[in-house]
Amino acid sequence: MSASAIFVLDLKGKVLICRNYKGDVDMAEIDHFIPLLMQQEEEGMICPVITRGTVHFMWIKHSNLYLVATTNKNSNASLVYSFLYKLVEVFTEYFKELEEESIQDNFVVVYELLDELMDFGFPQTTDSKILQEYITQEGTKLEVTKTKVPTTVTNAVSWRSEGIKYKKNEVFIDVIESINVLVNANGSVMSSDIVGSIKLKTMLSGMPELRLGLNDRVLFSLTGRDKGKTVMMEDVKFHQCVRLSRFDSDRTISFIPPDGESELMSYRINTHVKPLIWIESVIEKFSHSRVEIMVKAKGQFKKQSVANNVEIRVPVPSDADSPKFKTSTGSAKYVPEKDLVLWTIKSFPGGKEFLMRAHFGLPSVEKDELEVFFLMSIDFFVRYMKIIEKSGYQALPWVRYITQSGDYQLRTNA
Amino acid sequence: NEWMFLFSLVCSGEIFELKAELNSDKKEKKKEAVKKVIASMTVGKDVSALFPDVVNCMQTDNLELKKLVYLYLMNYAKSQPDMAIMAVNTFVKDCEDPNPLIRALAVRTMGCIRVDKITEYLCEPLRKCLKDEDPYVRKTAAVCVAKLHDINAQLVEDQGFLDTLKDLISDSNPMVVANAVAALSEIAESHPNSNLLDLNPQTINKLLTALNECTEWGQIFILDCLANYTPRDDRESQSICERVTPRLSHANSAVVLSAVKVLMKFMEMLPKDLDYYGTLLKKLAPPLVTLLSAEPELQYVALRNINLIVQRRPEIMKHEMKVFFVKYNDPIYVKLEKLDIMIRLASQANIAQVLAELKEYATEVDVDFVRKAVRAIGRCAIKVEQSAERCVSTLLDLIQTKVNYVVQEAIVVIKDIFRKYPNKYESVIATLCENLDSLDEPEARAAMIWIVGEYAERIDNADELLESFLEGFHDESTQVQLQLLTAIVKLFLKKPTETQELVQQVLSLATQDSDNPDLRDRGYIYWRLLSTDPVAAKEVVLAEKPLISEETDLIEPTLLEELICHIGTLASVYHKPPSAFVEGSRGVQHKRLPCSAGSVDSPETSSTAGVSDAPPAVIPSQGDLLGDLLNLDLTPTTTGPPPPAVSTGMQLGAMDLLGGGLDSLCDTLVCDLQIGAGFGAAPAAMPASFGAPGSGGLDDLFDLGSGVGMPMGAYSPPKSVWLQAMKAKGLEISGTFARRAGVIQMEMTLTNKAMSVMTDFAIQFNRNSFGLSPAGPLQVLTPLSPNQSIEVALPLNTSGPVMKMDPLNNLQVAVKNNIDVFYFSCQYPISMLFVEDGKMERQIFLATWKDIPNENESQFQIKDCHLNAVSNKLQGSNIFTIAKRTVDGQDMLYLSVKLTNGIWVLAELRIQAGNPNYTPCICCYSAVIKNITPSF
Repeated sequence: MSASAIFVLDLKGKVLICRNYKGDVDMAEIDHFIPLLMQQEEEGMICPVITRGTVHFMWIKHSNLYLVATTNKNSNASLVYSFLYKLVEVFTEYFKELEEESIQDNFVVVYELLDELMDFGFPQTTDSKILQEYITQEGTKLEVTKTKVPTTVTNAVSWRSEGIKYKKNEVFIDVIESINVLVNANGSVMSSDIVGSIKLKTMLSGMPELRLGLNDRVLFSLTGRDKGKTVMMEDVKFHQCVRLSRFDSDRTISFIPPDGESELMSYRINTHVKPLIWIESVIEKFSHSRVEIMVKAKGQFKKQSVANNVEIRVPVPSDADSPKFKTSTGSAKYVPEKDLVLWTIKSFPGGKEFLMRAHFGLPSVEKDELEVFFLMSIDFFVRYMKIIEKSGYQALPWVRYITQSGDYQLRTNA
Repeated sequence: NEWMFLFSLVCSGEIFELKAELNSDKKEKKKEAVKKVIASMTVGKDVSALFPDVVNCMQTDNLELKKLVYLYLMNYAKSQPDMAIMAVNTFVKDCEDPNPLIRALAVRTMGCIRVDKITEYLCEPLRKCLKDEDPYVRKTAAVCVAKLHDINAQLVEDQGFLDTLKDLISDSNPMVVANAVAALSEIAESHPNSNLLDLNPQTINKLLTALNECTEWGQIFILDCLANYTPRDDRESQSICERVTPRLSHANSAVVLSAVKVLMKFMEMLPKDLDYYGTLLKKLAPPLVTLLSAEPELQYVALRNINLIVQRRPEIMKHEMKVFFVKYNDPIYVKLEKLDIMIRLASQANIAQVLAELKEYATEVDVDFVRKAVRAIGRCAIKVEQSAERCVSTLLDLIQTKVNYVVQEAIVVIKDIFRKYPNKYESVIATLCENLDSLDEPEARAAMIWIVGEYAERIDNADELLESFLEGFHDESTQVQLQLLTAIVKLFLKKPTETQELVQQVLSLATQDSDNPDLRDRGYIYWRLLSTDPVAAKEVVLAEKPLISEETDLIEPTLLEELICHIGTLASVYHKPPSAFVEGSRGVQHKRLPCSAGSVDSPETSSTAGVSDAPPAVIPSQGDLLGDLLNLDLTPTTTGPPPPAVSTGMQLGAMDLLGGGLDSLCDTLVCDLQIGAGFGAAPAAMPASFGAPGSGGLDDLFDLGSGVGMPMGAYSPPKSVWLQAMKAKGLEISGTFARRAGVIQMEMTLTNKAMSVMTDFAIQFNRNSFGLSPAGPLQVLTPLSPNQSIEVALPLNTSGPVMKMDPLNNLQVAVKNNIDVFYFSCQYPISMLFVEDGKMERQIFLATWKDIPNENESQFQIKDCHLNAVSNKLQGSNIFTIAKRTVDGQDMLYLSVKLTNGIWVLAELRIQAGNPNYTPCICCYSAVIKNITPSF
């Protein structure tokens, strides 16, 4: 059904740690993984699934590690990849960084986690907060208090333990949005959407029932109300704590939140956005394969507003050399490991226009796509958050709106 | 670095020291020692020598230490089975520990110890754990049943664990339910006939309830299990869909894809005019789009699946073109998949946008991606006719870039565009010819040569161009050589005067100087054609080519259906059925989409049913050639297929003949079986499809069906009137077919109902499916006086010309006498074609049966059939019983039949024991071409 075994490899393919869950695939098969991957890389045709005979390797890469699952069945591939990413998440929460060293330093805990996260190829409990209640890094602690299974593990509410207490009950709600725009060489917006998420930091006692109200257009048209600006959410994804069937029937977002920080939901809004920063670029070729790239950036938003920390990335071919830059504001530098020029503008006032000239030795100028990271405003807002708990305490919800850098790609003529 | 430190300890030969530490009295020291052992195990050192010492540490109340020892056991128990027994006692004890964590740990670990001797001891602890009060232990025990089943299936069945596991589906705890479902699915997958997951509306309801409460992974297990269920009707289907759709909003991509799988499958059953059907379609698009913002590997899985979904239900994603636009930082595998989907979604409405995108991509840096983008432009041209002109001009622009690989790809696709739209874009040939020298890839060279040969009359220096290729003839790849040979022959036929020398040169290069049999054969064929009959040569070589199919890259419909049932899995990623890459899954039944509850409202519906009347929508282009040839009307064919197709096309054509005709063949077979079994089924009891006009004349067979007790020997229907006197100036012919002593005979009664004497009888057959033709002249020696009848038996052979008929067993006959020529058509029982040596070797039968592709299989039900004596009677008709066995109260007969043209038909006859008077049978027909006799 899913994985036969899970391996954590270093970049050379050495097995750092592994766990054989089903025993139906020879564990030595993993030795073929790196050579096959190298071969694919050479051919420029890498693929997340690698096949050798009857064995299939599904892999992801994280920092200096490969996480690989093997199987010889018709496994649920999406489940395997989700699980591998979950593995990264759990390990990261346990060891801060997931890398070669942290695996080696914590091999006992890693084995314990691998044992608890998956059984016979079936993912089990993967919520790191709950896991931390009974798999701890300090082994000595175990001897004193005999560890019990938290009932949470098998509860219907598997993400929150009972008996949590806070003196002051508070919820912090962060609405974080980023905009993704793809703009054509002739300036037309080819696709744009806003990807947002609501993050919670819950500091509430007991088992509170929360209800979140949004300016969701579907809900408003359902109830026949029309209070100002509403947003059409294209697609919404919820944390497992949200009662999906309830949302499906009456668009109510009701849930018992996990304690501490969590991502409650993410959504996508299809809107037509005007790029806030307009980019034009001109590439001039001189003799001796010298090339000059001129990039012009113009702020297309209100004069009073300022965009902070704007980054403009200009991809250049990997064989570029001896770069020189001139900017009218901010600073530009060449990042050879990512094959791009990074132009950073600390503060970008509306209506202004800036220039950057980059001078290169380029044997082959082929393509040019720019990426801009900047800030954006939000239409989406939280209308209310209701908190109900048996003990009837007063709780304070705090809402904060943040815009994060989105992915804003402009294609320009080479 | 603790790990390296521990490792270095072991390396420095301190294994004895470790041994001492393991046996130390101090807990802390013991634990450190076990840690060291595990550390060296992790780096691949063999520490199995310490087995007894480590197992001694097992009895401890330190959970961490226990876990480490268990880990050690899992690794080494297999290599030390005798010593592993030492651990059994502790396992049994731990399964009764007051701490559920330890109980679960014990039951989890013992399932991972794959040692036969141990497994027996574990049954009792497992039984207890399955009934444990703590759900954490129960959910672990549920998985343990699957583990044990993997080691010793019989033991698990004998101990009744499967039933306990089934009971756990009703457990109050959703995690336990989910794991029970996962374990049962796993067991069912390896034992497809076990009927373990006996899903009924009650269990489905339980699963749907648990779905709302269990973890994300549990939801996936349940959804994947639901996908195996086939609802009884469209209402049940809809209610399940309604309860599954909320899962589309789950944050976990795998949950979303599994939900999509269930919905795509159950949607088949919903009537298309239902409002809910439209709502559901609309609900599917957004979550699929959102999957594209997941991690790249998940995006890749999603894209491979969207590719399938788009082919099955294009309407879902038809407005979502933009989301598939490529971003520069997408990994290459994501880029290529997006491109493929863009082409599938391309339509007249969005073609301008698509083309603009593709042109962008064609100037990218990544060579593979650029190539694919150029090909995509060609595919657009072929798919959307209105865009062809734009595509061609885009391709020309790209050729002007002179980037070598772009030019080559462009030429390959332009060749296809020429094929698709003849006489439209030939003006660009001059531009193409300019780039002749830069082509260094065989495919591009072959394409260019094809273009030059095909349009030789428009290219002034075609001979020079082709001659330039000829110089390095032997260094070219086969593809180019073959194409060059054909092109020069074409050129010669078009401009014979100037190119005689050239053609002789190429023919001698191909026939005398080459050791490639394909090339030689083709060379000789041309040579003989040209020397014996130049006119015929022209007709053959310059024949009009059938149009190339628009979507040759579509997945074949039955495979597509199967893949839809496997959404989210590796099969959907590879676009291959699981049987193609999973060992031991050959015998496993291929998954099918359920049939629509609605009536036959679309060809789609009929293709979902097991029996399809429509020929597969996608025919490989080569097969087309012969398919067309075989489908030609009665008028004699003068044009042959173009030579390249001859060698391979023949076989495909034969396959096609059988593919299309398989149904009718099967229909006929079923009837024969019925009659063989000596049972008269009322025609009304037959499935509707039998009443199809195609099998006309079968009714006659049924009438006789009750004539029971056919003696040993082939069944022969009674004579029926083939030619009515009124229509044949007084000549009446009635007749039948029979197989006597291995010879097919056409037995006729000729009656003269006219006023004058009839003489000079002769008979002739039109080409037919099995090449039946008279083995000798019609023996009517004496003149036939008025009102006189004569019985004639005409022996037939099967070496005549072949043409696929519809129905397959149709035979068109012309009879001549002194008065006139008369035509009639009649149908012969297929059983007549069953040859005496149709008994297949058991081994071969087994092997062949497994290899039969799914699409060649059909199922039929016969009502009222007895097994008794069936096999003897069948044998009389040359239907041979290869094996007989009884499974689950069903009697199975395996039958083989060989037709005169060498086609084998394998069948499985299943008879449910029980009421002998009414026993439904299922026949499974599979056709496989063993060899093609020369008559083909």
